[in-house]
Amino acid sequence: MTFLNLYNYEIAIFLAMVGFYVVVSRGNLVKKVAGLSMFQTSVFILYISMGVVTGGTVPIIVEAGAIYSNPLPHVLILTAIVVGVATTAVALSLIIRIKEAYGTVEEDEIHEQDESF
Amino acid sequence: MGNVFANDLPALQVVVPLLSAPLCLVLARWPRLVWALCTAVTWAALAIAVSLLKSVLADGPISYAMGGWAAPWGIEYRIDVVNAYVALIVTGIASVVLPYAYTSAALYIRDDRIPLFYALMMLCFTGLLGMTVTGDAFNVFVFLEISSLSMYGLISLGQDRRALTAAFQYLVMGTIGGTFVLIGIGFLYVVTGTLNMADLAARLPEVTQLRTLHTAFAFLVVGIGLKLAMFPLHLWLPNAYAYAPSPATVFIAATATKVAVYILLRFVFTVIGPEIAYQDLPFGEIAMVLAVLGLLTGSFVAIFQRNIKRMLAYSSVAQIGYILLGISLATVMGLEASLLHLFNHALMKGALFMAMGCFFYRIRSSRIEDLAGIGRRMPWTFAAFVIGGLSLIGVPLTVGFVSKWYLVLASLQEGYWALAVLILVGSLLAVIYVWRVVEAAWFATPSARAAEAREAPLAMLIPMWILVLANLYFGINTDLTVGVAELAAGTLMRGLP
Repeated sequence: MTFLNLYNYEIAIFLAMVGFYVVVSRGNLVKKVAGLSMFQTSVFILYISMGVVTGGTVPIIVEAGAIYSNPLPHVLILTAIVVGVATTAVALSLIIRIKEAYGTVEEDEIHEQDESF
Repeated sequence: MGNVFANDLPALQVVVPLLSAPLCLVLARWPRLVWALCTAVTWAALAIAVSLLKSVLADGPISYAMGGWAAPWGIEYRIDVVNAYVALIVTGIASVVLPYAYTSAALYIRDDRIPLFYALMMLCFTGLLGMTVTGDAFNVFVFLEISSLSMYGLISLGQDRRALTAAFQYLVMGTIGGTFVLIGIGFLYVVTGTLNMADLAARLPEVTQLRTLHTAFAFLVVGIGLKLAMFPLHLWLPNAYAYAPSPATVFIAATATKVAVYILLRFVFTVIGPEIAYQDLPFGEIAMVLAVLGLLTGSFVAIFQRNIKRMLAYSSVAQIGYILLGISLATVMGLEASLLHLFNHALMKGALFMAMGCFFYRIRSSRIEDLAGIGRRMPWTFAAFVIGGLSLIGVPLTVGFVSKWYLVLASLQEGYWALAVLILVGSLLAVIYVWRVVEAAWFATPSARAAEAREAPLAMLIPMWILVLANLYFGINTDLTVGVAELAAGTLMRGLP
């Protein structure tokens, strides 16, 4: 049953690999950014899963002695989410500029126009 | 400085540049004022770094509890000889790049957007300094992303449209690197329950889940390796350096990879410990092979570049190979050579990219055919390029010689004769690619663009010559660099200070 008990870790690994594969295999820059975003999100799930304490409640002030989940990974991931949003925003704005300069967002068409990729 | 802030210097090192970034936007209507402010901030940061280094050398490591929260829970800024030295490199380079940027940036950026450019520079500066002074593993990731995001912006400002694709490519690889670092730090947190570096170092030896620890190490090395352009992960670097605006290239080339090397050293030696990295895992062997491949291919590919900025970028890949080579030896001598080369490479690449920026300012091209005959039209810039090039090759009386000398000694000390020979082969390749430029710029008949060129403006020449003279000064008087690098290497090898 350990396989099912660790399902959130498996989901995180699956999402990371899907995201990574999209970044590597897709030539469309927007799809690359989507894959990158997915890859980052999988790490958020990994962190949140770490903080879980078996039988614990949400980490708010309740009666003394209650078991609660570790809130620190949640806080860390709030920061990482901000980083992820900022990265996506910068990436999309770069894509807009690339579209203006090249008239396309396909990697191979950009490559044909000059040898930069 | 006064005594009021004396205890808060570690925090001010990061906070002062951070606050100057939004100020750039507030004062956006007065671009000159913004520039003056940023220059003053980098000088203040340099003064802080110097005084931190002095007090670390005198009294030992400084621990600063951010916001008054005690160390393992709150964020600690911990300064020892190693990061005080790296902070000195970063602030030193920034304080010559900012004066240089005044004339140089105007070429790339519309007048009303100049303040935005400085805001990005300051954010990048903040991120790099933050990574350097922090003693908290997660804080490293946050500052890494601050510096990376602003770097993507800076690179995309280049005139050529390839700057955009270079920035995008760097963004994709840099984000993957950053996320790998995040995963690595997460695994360290899982096995220890702490994020403070000193606390991590104290708790990791008791850890029994070695597989998790090894996985964490692998993720960290690959993630940081992407950032420092370790050989097969360097693909983002040549285009990013080649197409970014000159002042941004100088700043990024001279500081960003250096800070990434520092983070690698910190994780390998202080946090995880050399026993795990070099004995349980084959980090030394892998780093040595990649370093040698990097220094040979980097130098070799550089020979065939037509764009000289791109050539210097490939040479940076090679120089990072030298730095990694010293690290891979895992001896005090090897680390000392690496730390020396960190400082010296910043000086020589800073000077060389500044010279390229001056050429570009006059002829609007970095291609070798356009540079033909430029040496006679712009003698001061050309002389600076030659001295930087000699330093890159490692000719005696320049800084390049000092670090290569120590690297050769470190290799021989471990009995690696072949490595010493390879280091010399790398230098010979550097002779070829530097000579190509000298030959074209001095002996060839002037190109149409070069014939019209005049000497670069004084505002660019002075900062460049400060770096060139530093190349010579630290090549002759090695007391400061060798002394500090030796102490820093000793600190790293002992684990925690």
